[in-house]
Amino acid sequence: MTKTLNNKAWFLVLPVFAIVAFSAVLPLMTVVNYSVQDTFGNNQFFWNGIGWFQELLDPSKELGGRFFEALWRTLLFSAIILAIEIPLGILVALSMPREGWTVALCLVLMALPLLIPWNVVGTIWQVFARGDIGLLGWVVNHLGIDYNYTGDALDAWATIIVMDVWHWTSLVALLCYAGLKSIPDAYYQAARIDGASRWAVFRTIQLPKMRRVLLIAVLLRFMDSFMIYTEPFVLTGGGPGNATTFLSIDLVKLALGQFDLGKAAALSLVYNLIILAICWVFYTVMTNVDADRERVEA
Amino acid sequence: MTDTIAIGTADRKDAKTGTVAANRALAGPRVNGKAVVMTLYLVFLMLPIYWLVNMSLKTNTEITSGLTLWPRQITFDNYIRIFTDQSWYSGYINSLTYVVINTVLSISFALPAAYAFSRYRFLGDKHLFFWLLTNRMAPPAVFALPFFNLYSAIGLFDTPWAVALAHCLFNIPLAVWILEGFMSGVPREIDETAAIDGYSFPRFFVKIFMPLIASGIGVAAFFCFMFSWVELLLARTLTTVNAKPIAATMTRTISASGMDWGMLAAAGVLTIVPGALVIWFVRNYIAKGFALGRV
Repeated sequence: MTKTLNNKAWFLVLPVFAIVAFSAVLPLMTVVNYSVQDTFGNNQFFWNGIGWFQELLDPSKELGGRFFEALWRTLLFSAIILAIEIPLGILVALSMPREGWTVALCLVLMALPLLIPWNVVGTIWQVFARGDIGLLGWVVNHLGIDYNYTGDALDAWATIIVMDVWHWTSLVALLCYAGLKSIPDAYYQAARIDGASRWAVFRTIQLPKMRRVLLIAVLLRFMDSFMIYTEPFVLTGGGPGNATTFLSIDLVKLALGQFDLGKAAALSLVYNLIILAICWVFYTVMTNVDADRERVEA
Repeated sequence: MTDTIAIGTADRKDAKTGTVAANRALAGPRVNGKAVVMTLYLVFLMLPIYWLVNMSLKTNTEITSGLTLWPRQITFDNYIRIFTDQSWYSGYINSLTYVVINTVLSISFALPAAYAFSRYRFLGDKHLFFWLLTNRMAPPAVFALPFFNLYSAIGLFDTPWAVALAHCLFNIPLAVWILEGFMSGVPREIDETAAIDGYSFPRFFVKIFMPLIASGIGVAAFFCFMFSWVELLLARTLTTVNAKPIAATMTRTISASGMDWGMLAAAGVLTIVPGALVIWFVRNYIAKGFALGRV
């Protein structure tokens, strides 16, 4: 669709611009302000220039070491999450029943974990995975596997990953299902006449049609796993030790736990910039895909 | 029906040409495989929830004394205590208050903006859209402390408005994104025809345009409700007593004499209920909505 040039459209956008600027720009300026100052309490602040940033980006310093550890941990977590949830989500979407009352039932049950408050998700898994009163922990322990998510780093990671898969795979599945629904039946009939294998149907019909929604799914899942806070915080509190201290948990520890405002602010800004950069790449890819599609349709 | 016939023909054709493998992949066993995958996945999803419900109906002695797959003595005490204790049920009212305020604010602000993005080009439109989206991606942890300062300074701290406004940060961009997708699906000839027929812009928007994208508005409202309902970091930071959300009240059970597992489970079950109700109402739009109207 061709759009007309009309700068008066700004009036329609103005309210959104104002309210989001109020919620985003003002607080962000506070963060910038903190990031270049040091405080010894009593609301007295001293100019510190780029000191915090230098310390943060230098892995040999205590703050820098801590930052890079948390960063790699978070990136590793996001990578594992994407590697599991995207294929699993596609598989589940392909397994959706075609019609009948089971469709609505599956949709409702699948969407359920998405609407549970995040700390309740943490609580559910905290209880579910406990060795003494939780079904999962009890069963795993009785299978002869020594499993304790509060004591063992690997167990803690496994629990958090299973929890996230439980929580968010449905989002990927629902997105893919929406993509699959948009494929006309004629495509499948044509494939059948050609004697296409199941794999060929998937590769040449279903996957291309899902490309756009998959991009949204990857974007959303990457962003949300990269800034995950509440669920692991409730489940493990970042422990054992620092094994599951992701960036945002570390940030909240710095800001609200130790009240190291300068350090926390510098970390916030770098964290935000990383996300901004990745977001920009995704956005560019997405707009290009859109443009391609429009060119094909035109 | 046509499906089975088509597969049936394929069967015969395949049997003739001898491509049994392809036939197998297309027909028979696949149906069972699908059902198995789906069932396994749904069981995996439901198990933790079943366990929570199971625990909420037990007494604490039964919970700690050993593992039982269903409550030996069903008790509704945990639920009764929540519904009769003001400090518990006010948490629900607080949560629902800010969620509803946020949903109404987000949708009413996002509607005109989404219209502008879907219909016009204007100075800096692409940059503005990207900037809005980045706010959806900003980690709430970054904003917790500055929000605390900001809302304390303007006297909104510990009110539902503070949380509702804070949640606008990520809900408005999302609502604009979803609504823009739905609006772009409405041909602009409708706008032009309405203008020729003498409709003023506000009247056209409310009387003609909004009913056309009603499902889009529903989907956007669903998403705003969802993300405001599940978020806790900001909601907890911005409230202390008067506007404390239910999900934050839940942490109380830990500090009481020992761990009150039954209460914790019952409160957890009750936080799932509003979500389940909302899903039930929008179940026919879920699939399209999750694709943000862009399929």
